[in-house]
Amino acid sequence: MSEATALGAATTPVLSRQRLGLAALWLVLILVPFWVPFVGGYTQLAGRALVLGLAAMALNFLLGFTGVMSFGHAAWFGLGAYGTGLMLRYVTSSTLLATAAGVLLGGVLGTLLGRLLVRRRGVYFAMITIAFGQIFFYIAYRWNSLTGGDDGLRGFQRQPIGFGRLLLDIQGNDIALYYYLLFVFAICVGLMGLLLGSPFGRTLIAIRENERRARFLGIDVERQIWLSFSLSCFFCSAAGALYALLNNFADPMTLHYTLSGEIVIMAVMGGMRSFWGPLLGAAVFVVLQDYVSSMTVNWMSFIGLLFVLVVLFAPRGLLGVLQRETPR
Amino acid sequence: MNLLEVRHVSKNFGSLHAVQDVSLMVAPGELRAIIGPNGAGKTTFFNLITGFFPPSVGEIRFDGADITRVPASGRVRLGMARTFQITEIFPELSVRENVRIAAEAAAGMMLGIFLRRARQEAIAYEIGSAIALAGLTDRAERKVGELAHGDQRAAEIAMALALRPRLLLLDEPTAGMGEQETFEIAALIRRLHRDSGYTIVLIEHDMRVVFHLADRITVLEQGCLLAEGTPAEIAANEAVQAAYLGQSA
Ligand SMILES: Nc1ncnc2c1ncn2[C@@H]1O[C@H](COP(=O)(O)OP(=O)(O)O)[C@@H](O)[C@H]1O
Ligand SMILES: [Mg+2]
Repeated sequence: MSEATALGAATTPVLSRQRLGLAALWLVLILVPFWVPFVGGYTQLAGRALVLGLAAMALNFLLGFTGVMSFGHAAWFGLGAYGTGLMLRYVTSSTLLATAAGVLLGGVLGTLLGRLLVRRRGVYFAMITIAFGQIFFYIAYRWNSLTGGDDGLRGFQRQPIGFGRLLLDIQGNDIALYYYLLFVFAICVGLMGLLLGSPFGRTLIAIRENERRARFLGIDVERQIWLSFSLSCFFCSAAGALYALLNNFADPMTLHYTLSGEIVIMAVMGGMRSFWGPLLGAAVFVVLQDYVSSMTVNWMSFIGLLFVLVVLFAPRGLLGVLQRETPR
Repeated sequence: MNLLEVRHVSKNFGSLHAVQDVSLMVAPGELRAIIGPNGAGKTTFFNLITGFFPPSVGEIRFDGADITRVPASGRVRLGMARTFQITEIFPELSVRENVRIAAEAAAGMMLGIFLRRARQEAIAYEIGSAIALAGLTDRAERKVGELAHGDQRAAEIAMALALRPRLLLLDEPTAGMGEQETFEIAALIRRLHRDSGYTIVLIEHDMRVVFHLADRITVLEQGCLLAEGTPAEIAANEAVQAAYLGQSA
């Protein structure tokens, strides 16, 4: 969905082309288990791209559509992962409950802490978000008895999900797991699209475009930024929760600022002015990481180079490049 | 009763007394012009009225209620809409989208997710009339940032109108305009005042516009109130003549 639809202003032919693109995208996502092996990938890798894509889209809700930069989104991602892991390990064998617990842990803490930074802007906002991330990193790192410390949280397994008499065996079957990830992804992304296309979403875009004007239209800028931050945290911890399920593991590095930076890179590289750009950015990031890291330990410099090229030559990101190439 | 009552407000920036002990009473339906040389404190005075920052001392009442400590966004919701000396718009969005954001904010939809059909239509109608009143109907789908300067200013006024204001504050709406554009904006303000009955406070440097439109005029100089009265009284005021003739003749 581009900004035009997010604002409900597209004319009919544009809309139908966008609908077509949207349908094609979902088809590609749904058919992943069938086409990915033919291009040399595997379903787990696609799941990783999907999950990090959700994290990058969650960040972009704040960065691209509210105009506020967070450098600490790994905090909410990691809290989602630990919340889910801890729940499965100590409390329940229900994957659905564990997912919800992860989403709530990251989302609620993000909402509470977010209250502290709504008056900060730019670098100050970003610095405080980094600090939040590091606080949780050190807690996870130090609290050995609960979190497994440095080694990460192990000893939990995602459990098959029963829908009535139907059993989705996400434990033993990679394809079933992928569809569970896609299911949660679809809910989150659907909500994001709905929010951004609503009057509420338009106030966020107004703040991004011109904060002073927004304020003098009677928009309570601080409250809206807080809400946007909170929603972004919930979506990002949903991604973290899925990440724990995907790996049967929660690792302190999921809370670390290097991951925060990577999420920013995915969003910006993919195109932060577009709704779907960050998903593309995440896919490119994950695939490059997978292929290049098998050849050289310096895989990050490849991504760094690509990132610099995109920022310099394609300010609308990789998705912007693709859209320019498609005939209008 | 007055719609706006500003009593003895002052604003200091460090040692600079940008506004000193200025009072202003605006009656419903009035068009008040504020004039004064550059740096006289006119914009600062607007910033105090609209809550951009609080006054160092003084009191501001709107429709009888004390709003001295109400933040800017709250004052907008009470019915104060302003435009800026340097146009403040959403340049990447179309005229209609700009006005839509204002109309939805005024309708209290800032937390709204779903819109009922009837509500949608009511808002669309309001957007359409604000755009029509500002004379931008044929340019409604254009990006505001791509419009001519005069049309951008008109778009900003359309946004202010979509806020359903009870008081419209316009800061130099003809700044940087040529003859034709100035004429069009002046005609627009005249329509808003005479035909639609808006109460307007207008900062303006073009004296033809001021004397053509204003019911009453307030003159500021170096942060202080120099004079106040009808256009005829101000034209005859010796202190004002001295301030203006000394400066511009
Ligand atoms: N935010 C500010 N900080 C410091 N000084 C300011 C600020 N705003 C205005 N001033 C100063 O206050 C004086 C009045 O400015 P202003 O209200 O913009 O005048 P006018 O609109 O009449 O031209 C000027 O000397 C200006 O430099
Ligand atoms: Mg000024």
